[in-house]
Amino acid sequence: MSAVQEALPAIRGSRDATVRRFAFTDAIFHGLTRAAAILVLVLLSGVAISLIVGAWPALSTFGFSFITTESWNPVTEKFGALAPIYGTIITSAIAILIAVPLGIGIAIFLTELCPRPLRRPIGMAVELLAGIPSIIYGIWGLFVLAPFLQTTVQPFIISVFHGIPGLNSLFAGPPYGIGLLTSAMILAIMILPFITSITKDVFDTVPSVLKESAYGIGCTTWEVTRRVVIPYTRIGIMGGVMLALGRALGETMAVTFVIGNAHRISTSLFAPATTISATIANEFTEAVGDLYTSSLVALGLILFIITFLILAIARYMLMRIDARTGA
Amino acid sequence: MSTAASLHQSRKRKNAVMMTLCVIAAGIGLAWLALILGALLYKGLSGVNLAVFTEMTPPPGDAGGLLNAIYGSIVMTIIGIIVGTPIGVLAGTYMAEYGRFSKLTTVVRFINDILLSAPSIIIGLFVYELMVRPMGHFSAIAGAVALAILVIPVVVRTTEDMLNLVPNALREAGTAIGAPRWVVIRSVAYRAALSGIVTGILLAIARISGETAPLLFTALNNQFWSSNLNAPMASLPVTIFQFALSPYEEWQQLAWTGALIITLTVLGLSIFARSLTGRREDR
Repeated sequence: MSAVQEALPAIRGSRDATVRRFAFTDAIFHGLTRAAAILVLVLLSGVAISLIVGAWPALSTFGFSFITTESWNPVTEKFGALAPIYGTIITSAIAILIAVPLGIGIAIFLTELCPRPLRRPIGMAVELLAGIPSIIYGIWGLFVLAPFLQTTVQPFIISVFHGIPGLNSLFAGPPYGIGLLTSAMILAIMILPFITSITKDVFDTVPSVLKESAYGIGCTTWEVTRRVVIPYTRIGIMGGVMLALGRALGETMAVTFVIGNAHRISTSLFAPATTISATIANEFTEAVGDLYTSSLVALGLILFIITFLILAIARYMLMRIDARTGA
Repeated sequence: MSTAASLHQSRKRKNAVMMTLCVIAAGIGLAWLALILGALLYKGLSGVNLAVFTEMTPPPGDAGGLLNAIYGSIVMTIIGIIVGTPIGVLAGTYMAEYGRFSKLTTVVRFINDILLSAPSIIIGLFVYELMVRPMGHFSAIAGAVALAILVIPVVVRTTEDMLNLVPNALREAGTAIGAPRWVVIRSVAYRAALSGIVTGILLAIARISGETAPLLFTALNNQFWSSNLNAPMASLPVTIFQFALSPYEEWQQLAWTGALIITLTVLGLSIFARSLTGRREDR
């Protein structure tokens, strides 16, 4: 008994030391993980700061006119971003117009119509396709889609709309194959798996009770989808579409292959054009002179701001639907 | 009576029309994607031979292979993963464990989601300003850093999600026997979430192995064999980009073959990653 009493302080001392050591290593690990989390924030702010610094020479030289002038002339060092901005917005907008109805249609097919054994394989195939690198879509667009459009589709459309005012300038020749419409089609097929899988996911959040009660009062499948499922998931679908729009706006390689890289604004959808990302990808390594490089970085800054806003809105919308299903 | 019947008829007709449209949409979507994969297989397979894996990228008009490009892609992908994964896992750990309810976590989650879908060419510009301009030349290490920045958000996201799935009772049991928090995280939470975290890393590899835009002006390209990390290095995606846009038939064929290699790699990795999490869900 006395031996135990004699040993107690030593045991207590070693226990205190162990607890202190544990607390110390825990503090280190805590600090390490916290630093890594903060690094994510530093990364994004670092991107913003470096772009602003890199773009400053161009922005201070051209001022606001940088985003309102169309001319892009490396020889006279006069740079304006209007043509790339126009190309970026038009291609993304057309891509969304094509991909959203298709994507929602496929999601309805997968959740309501598809035979059960096929649901998982098709759903998985769609998700796998979302991961295929964009350069694959680009090379397909260049070697398969563009020649097909050039020889078959475009001459037909041009001849059909030839005499119709308005439409004849929208679809004016010559048929190059590459251009705004081809890029938009490639973008559409790229973002299609994306829209489909998000829409399918939010469709799955609709409580079956809601759908069953609609079916119970005699609604058809379409009425249930139109009046119950889509209104219930509206925010989620919008979030998915915005996310896809963010992808489309910033997509580089697929577009670079088929846009034609022409710095001008044309009313025809068949005309070669350029987008912000395609301009940077094509010209950055060949840019000589600080002002040229800086102008390209300024283009990147504009793209960063546009996509940041779109993605922030998209995430906000998706967070709202997450909060609702979590509650 | 007759109006009710005709209303019923018109509702049924409308339903049939809309549902047919949905089936057509699915048909168009799947056929379109099948066309792309079919063309890829058809054009890519015809160029697959041993030389692709044993010879360097050829000068215009010559036969050759993709060895230096494949090597460059593997090297930069590995470095990108080695740099990006620890940061991603640690940040994800903070968000799911230490700071689950902190303000910082909410902000980081939001910013991370934006980084996740930010245009990769912007990351390329960032690394150009950060490394290439101060160093004065393009280098493989700059390319690897650009890829690492793309890895981080993917790993952060999956790590946080997977750790959040670990039941709290497991952590409480660890704490109850006197283990400090970091031991609980390391020996209990990580072990329970391991397959999920590995899935995230595999998905990150799949994502960066096909990335072209961030490498264009960081690692640039190199027609010759180079294992110097401080010099420009070839990579499969950038080589495909260069060769596909060239007028030479041999180069275009190599581009198709390279595209097939990348696609099969990415699809294989994604399927493997999914089978890992799939097994866990079954259990």
